[in-house]
Order: sequence, then structure tokens, then C-alpha cells
Amino acid sequence: MFFSFDLLFEAVLFGVLLGCFYAAVSMGLAVAFGLLDVPHVAHPAVMVFGAYCTYLLGLYGWDPILAGIVLMPFFFVFGIALYRFYFETFEKRGTEAGVRGLAFFFGVAFIIEVCLILGFGVDQRTVHATYIGTSVSIGDYRIPQRMIVAFGLALILTVALTLYLSRTFTGRAIKAVAQDEAALRLMGVNPVRIKQWAFGIATAVAAIAGAMLIIVGPVEPTMDRLYIGRTFCIVVLAGLGSMTGTLAAGLILGISESIVLMMLGASWAPAVAFGLLLVVLAVRPQGLFGR
Amino acid sequence: MAQPLLQVKNVFKHFGGFTALADVSVDIAPGERFGLIGPNGSGKTTLINCVSGALRNESGSIVFDGEEISRLPAYRRTRLGIARSFQIPRPFASMSVLENLMVPLEYVARERRGEEEHAMALLRQIGLADKAHTPSNQLSQVELRKLELARALAAQPRLLISDEAMAGLSGSEVDEVLKILFELNATGITVIMIEHIMQAVMRFSQRVVCLDAGKIICEGAPADIVKNPDVQRAYLGA
Amino acid sequence: MRKGDLVYWVSAAIVLAVLVAFAMSDANEYFFFAGYTVLTVVTLATAWNILGGYAGYVNFGTAAFFGVGAYTAVLLFRALEAPLVIQIVAAAVVCGLMGFATGLLTLRLRGIFFAIATVALIFIMETVVINWRYLGGATGLQLLRPDLVGPFESYTRMLFAVMALMAVIGVSIARYIEVSWIGRGLRAIRDSEEAAEASGVPTLKLKLFACTVSGALMGAAGAPMPMYLSFIEPFSTFNLLWSVNALASAMIGGTAHWLGPVLGGLVLSSLQQIVTVTISSEINVLVVGVLLVFFVVAAPDGIFGLLKKLFLWRSRSSR
Repeated sequence: MFFSFDLLFEAVLFGVLLGCFYAAVSMGLAVAFGLLDVPHVAHPAVMVFGAYCTYLLGLYGWDPILAGIVLMPFFFVFGIALYRFYFETFEKRGTEAGVRGLAFFFGVAFIIEVCLILGFGVDQRTVHATYIGTSVSIGDYRIPQRMIVAFGLALILTVALTLYLSRTFTGRAIKAVAQDEAALRLMGVNPVRIKQWAFGIATAVAAIAGAMLIIVGPVEPTMDRLYIGRTFCIVVLAGLGSMTGTLAAGLILGISESIVLMMLGASWAPAVAFGLLLVVLAVRPQGLFGR
Repeated sequence: MAQPLLQVKNVFKHFGGFTALADVSVDIAPGERFGLIGPNGSGKTTLINCVSGALRNESGSIVFDGEEISRLPAYRRTRLGIARSFQIPRPFASMSVLENLMVPLEYVARERRGEEEHAMALLRQIGLADKAHTPSNQLSQVELRKLELARALAAQPRLLISDEAMAGLSGSEVDEVLKILFELNATGITVIMIEHIMQAVMRFSQRVVCLDAGKIICEGAPADIVKNPDVQRAYLGA
Repeated sequence: MRKGDLVYWVSAAIVLAVLVAFAMSDANEYFFFAGYTVLTVVTLATAWNILGGYAGYVNFGTAAFFGVGAYTAVLLFRALEAPLVIQIVAAAVVCGLMGFATGLLTLRLRGIFFAIATVALIFIMETVVINWRYLGGATGLQLLRPDLVGPFESYTRMLFAVMALMAVIGVSIARYIEVSWIGRGLRAIRDSEEAAEASGVPTLKLKLFACTVSGALMGAAGAPMPMYLSFIEPFSTFNLLWSVNALASAMIGGTAHWLGPVLGGLVLSSLQQIVTVTISSEINVLVVGVLLVFFVVAAPDGIFGLLKKLFLWRSRSSR
């Protein structure tokens, strides 16, 4: 293994782009789990489903970014329906719901995986666009253009979501419902409607995240398992409920993975997310910016 | 006082940036009937949680019967003799009333035979004997409160902390619970009562402490506490 | 000994005797081949339920424990030509330790973090095995079965009998935990962990105990698998389907009683064998997922709960 500062810098640069992508992909979970406390282990599976929808639209010549944006309202509605179902079935009933809620989402994730295998097979699928497959030179380094596109999308998404949560009434109500539901009720706001709206947003974000996923690389149906590790790692490292923390945590994971990729190769890189998650849980479970 | 049963010394507790308890110190004498009052959010339950072990205080010490307990997990403190009831009752919902009592009997008293008879005796003492085999998630409010106390009692405590056991109960139900607490105290159990129902606190306590915003603002006999202007201000606002 | 205990032990002995006698009969080999898998799932589901059903901590990583059990057996077989019994015991010890370590790291936190940590286990263990040449790496290993078959006609029949014994032992352990003060403590933890601590229950210790026993039993169930297949490779051994089957069997059968995972495992496994043979293996996997979600949503007490209600309704209406 040949070590050089050049290689390291390139790994870090790639890691920053990757990390921003991971952060964007985790935003939906940061809302669904970090703020709403829903044990949504099926979120990565929904995102992979979004990636496959993008692929389908791609077969008809749709640009993946456009496809992702167009999918968002459909996923939004799906998210509201899913939350409504979850709430009526589980959250209302209390303590027993913990195990059942987890088992439910696990089952949903598994069903999505199997349906994707049935529909598309286990082979990898990719999508085509002008910015996929080409590289751009920045100084001495060659960066794949698709990474820059994903990075740009991710930044826009992060900024938009952070602004939404802090500047709009609904957005602030979402953050409030995470902290004090009773107070919100006293203000005349229905917490269930807020939560369902938030969950809808989180699911819509999963749609565009899915588009980014297939832009960045090929997708296959069982990818969601790896992303459970990555997204939960980021959300926990960030601290539940912190959006800016999600960006920071994403960068930490992205850079770590990129360096491990450079030093140990591709077979060890997936273990980074899970390993980092276990370390965070053992050492500082409230994360970097936890409430 | 002679060797206090419980000594809380300079206890601090923070939640992120919020200070729930600031330099709280109080001594409880053995066999005492002690009242803890204060407006919502003043830190009463937080203090109780730190004493019972549900939370850890960041600094300061908590000494029970001469032994420093701040670093002990909650179940060890229960085994040492500190029992508490919960503000919002937490029955073991999948179990009957009788089974609920068998848990502390098996884990504190370490009884492995004859717990059922012992549990029935406790239920008779509390007045829940006829509900012994009812699933605990089917009890009324006052029955749930009594179950909380019965469960705490089954742990054979020397110190019993009753956290708002009478909230939301009718006048006669308040009397029922109060009578139980008096009886328990008569057998030598030290009782700390957290309550908002002033007439209950006045009737029960020998000494009262008032918390506000994490600090003790007043300590003394019940009659004096009620007249104290700081206490009135804490409850009614300036 | 309580009256119920006697009834149980006699029934268990009868069941075991019937299964072993069946293994010595000349029934079609296919039954033992399929039956071995059914018994494995019953054991895994029973093990899962000790932590998932009794204590309320969901384990997604059954496949990790199963896989590590299988590979521990392979390691001992290759290195020391260890007999099956030693393989099983070693697998149980290694996986018990793995359960203990995972629990120590995450059982102080909320249930969902323990669940995610168990997913991490699958990934990490699979990665370790893939990079371990001695154990076959990604391509796998062929294994030569020893000649010992005892009183049975074939090695598969012997393994079937071994698995039958393991299932009975596993269920007996689960039952003992359930009816004892340990089970009551676990249920207290599941109902309200805070109240359990306040009632003197050493919650962390009990959770670690359940996690260790559960893991050990899962590892033991995995140990004979390499011999059953004469082959081992990481992707099918660490397949998430083992996790889904264990969890689904317990939740479909009913998590409150030791009979639940047994019923669920029997029903689900048999259904899977039928569907795989008559329709396809992909549809089979879909059926498992759908059934899981259906039962979790519509029949949370599982088959056992439904039977109980039916029995109560019958006895009430007959008055």
C-alpha cells in the first residue's frame, strides 16, 4: 500500500463529496426518526425504491434529477399514508408498540426488497445522463462529474430543509412537536397532522435521495441494508433532531469511508458505518449535537 | 437531627443547557413525614429521580443511612430500602395485580416460595385484595395509585417516596390514600410526599420543603410554609 | 415440581421419542431434509423469543449468530476434526459471548439501537468470514461428512434427530425462563423498564442474561448446518432470511408463550416448503414478509393468542 499526501487529499476530497451525499440521504431519517421518533428502519428501503423508480423513468429517457423531483409529490402522499397507518396501528396503543413497530418496519423493508427482486432481478441497475461517466479536473485531481452533481443536489436539499424547519411555521411546529407535543396542542395545532406532514416530507426527501443514489452508482435491491447502517450512523452521530449535525456527521462518515476505501479496499468500506455507529453508541450515544 | 436517614448534599442536575436542580441540600430524619412541594417544573420529580436512581446527579452526594449511593443503579437502591411510586402509574400491564407485587417480592425480598401468599396479604393491607387476579391494565385511577403504593411497599422499604399519588383523585379517594400513607408511617417507614393537593400536604407532613426552579426556597413546618411570601410568589407568579 | 412441569416433560419426551423413531423409519428422505430446516427455524424462533418476546428487545441479527455458529463448527471440524457435539457446544459458547458483548454495548440504550447493532453484526461477521481463507472465504468450502451415523440410515436422518433434541432442549430452556422468576423479571422489563428497576429488578443483568442465552441457542442451531449441506459459504449462511424467519415465526406464533415460536415455526416453515416447491422461492420469501406484517398489524398475539381467545369463547358460550 503506497501512502502519499496526494492520495490522502484525494480521498478526503472524494470523502467530502460522498459525505454530503450521505448527509442528504440521511435527512429524511433525521426527520422521521430523529424528530418524530418513528423506528423507521424501512426508510433506506423506500429510498432504494425511489432509485428504481428513477431507473424506470430513465428507461423512457427521463433525466434522473428531473425524475427524482417529479417523484417527490407521490412519495409525499405515500409517506403521509404510511405514517397514518403506523400511528393508528401502533403509536396509539402504547408500550407494546415498540416491538411491533420495529417488526412492522422490518417487514415493510423486507417486502420492498423482495418486490424489487421480483420486479427487477438481483442484478445492478444504472441510469444514464450526460454527467454520468465523465470526470472534471479540479487542479491536479479528477473528480467524477456525477459526484459533483450529487454534492450540489445534496447541498441544495440540506439548505432547503434546514431553512424550512427554522423559518416556516409548519417547519418550526415540526421541531416543536419533537420537544413538547402537549404545548403544541395547547397552541391549537394538531400534533398528529404535523407529524404526518413531516413524515410525508421525509418520504419525499427519500425520493430525491433515491435519484441521487442511482446517479452516484449502480443500485441493487438489497442495498437498503447497508444504508440502514450509514443513515442511522449519521443520525445518531449527529444527535437526534439536529439538521446541521446531520451534515457534519455525514462528512465525518464520508471522509472515514473514503480513507478506509483507499487504504483497505472496497470490502472493508461498508463496515465503517456500522463500526462507527457501534463506537458512537458505546461512547457518546447522544451524538455531537444531541438535544 | 440525629443521624438522618437520607442526606441530599449540594446536588446539581442538568439536562443539556437546562439546570433542573441547583445546589439542593436537605436532610430527612428516620420515621419522618416529609412534604415536598413546588410549582410544575420546579424539579421535584427530578430530585426524586436522583434519589431513587432513575437519574444520576452530576455533582453533589446522596447518602442513605450513612452510605453514599449516587453511583448505585436504581435497583440496588431499592434493595437498600428506597422505594418510590410513579407520578403517572406504571403498572406491569401484561400482569395481574397479584403478579405485579410478586416482582418486587422476588427481586428485593428474594422470596422464591410463598410469594403469592405474601402478595395477597399486602393487597389486603392496601385494600385491593378483590382485584388480585384482574389484569393491571383494567384498573381505575385510584386502584392504579394503590397498586403503585402496594408495589413500593412490597419492596420492604425504609424510605417510601410517594410522587403525586393523589393527583386527579376525588376527595374521598384522597382520604383513602392518605390513610394508607399514615398507616405505613406508623410502622416506621419514612415517607416523602410530593403533592400539589395542599390540604393533604398540610395534614400529612411534619416538615415541608418548597422547590422553585431547581432551588430550595423555603423549609419549615407546614403552617409556616403556606404563609411564606416566596412560596406564594412561586405558585402564583410575581 | 409443579403439576404443569410433569405434563410438559412427559409431552416433550413423547414428542422427542416420536421424532427419533420417525428418523429411524424408512420414510422418504425428503421429509428429513425439509424437517431439519423446520426444526432449525423452530429452535431459532424459540431462541429469538427469549429476548424479543419475553424482554421486548428486537434482534434483527439472528443470521449473524446462526452464521457464526456454523462457521465455528467448520473451524473446529477443519482444525481439530472435532465431533459434532463439541462443535455444537463451542458454537453455543462463542455465540453466547457474542450476544453478551453486543448486549453490553447497546442494551443500556433504547431498543431500536440494539436492533440496529444486530444488523451491524451481520455485516461485520459476514465481512470477517469473506476475508478468511481458511474458512473458505467468499467462495465457500466443501466438507466431507464423517462416517458416523449411529443407529440411523443416513447422516441427514441423524442430523434430524440431533436437531429434534436441540429443539426440545431449546424449548425447555425457554419454558423454564418463562415460568420462573427470571421470566417475570423480563416481562417487567418489557412492560416498564423504569418501574422494573424501581422494583429491584437488575435490568441490565437480566437483559444480558437473555441476550447471552438467546445468542448461544442460535449459535448451537447453526452448528450442524455445514454438515447438513456438506458445504458452507457466507451469503446463504448469513442470509437475512434466517433473521426474518426467526422473528416472523415468533411474532406469527405468538410471543407471550413458549408454544408461540413452536407453532409459528412449524406453520411458517412448512408453508415455505410448500410454496417453494409449488410456486417459486422468490414468492415464498414475499409470503413470509407479508404474513409478518399482517400478523403484527392484525393479530398481535399471534396464532397462540387467537387459539386462546377461541378456547375462552368456546368455554364461555358452552355455559
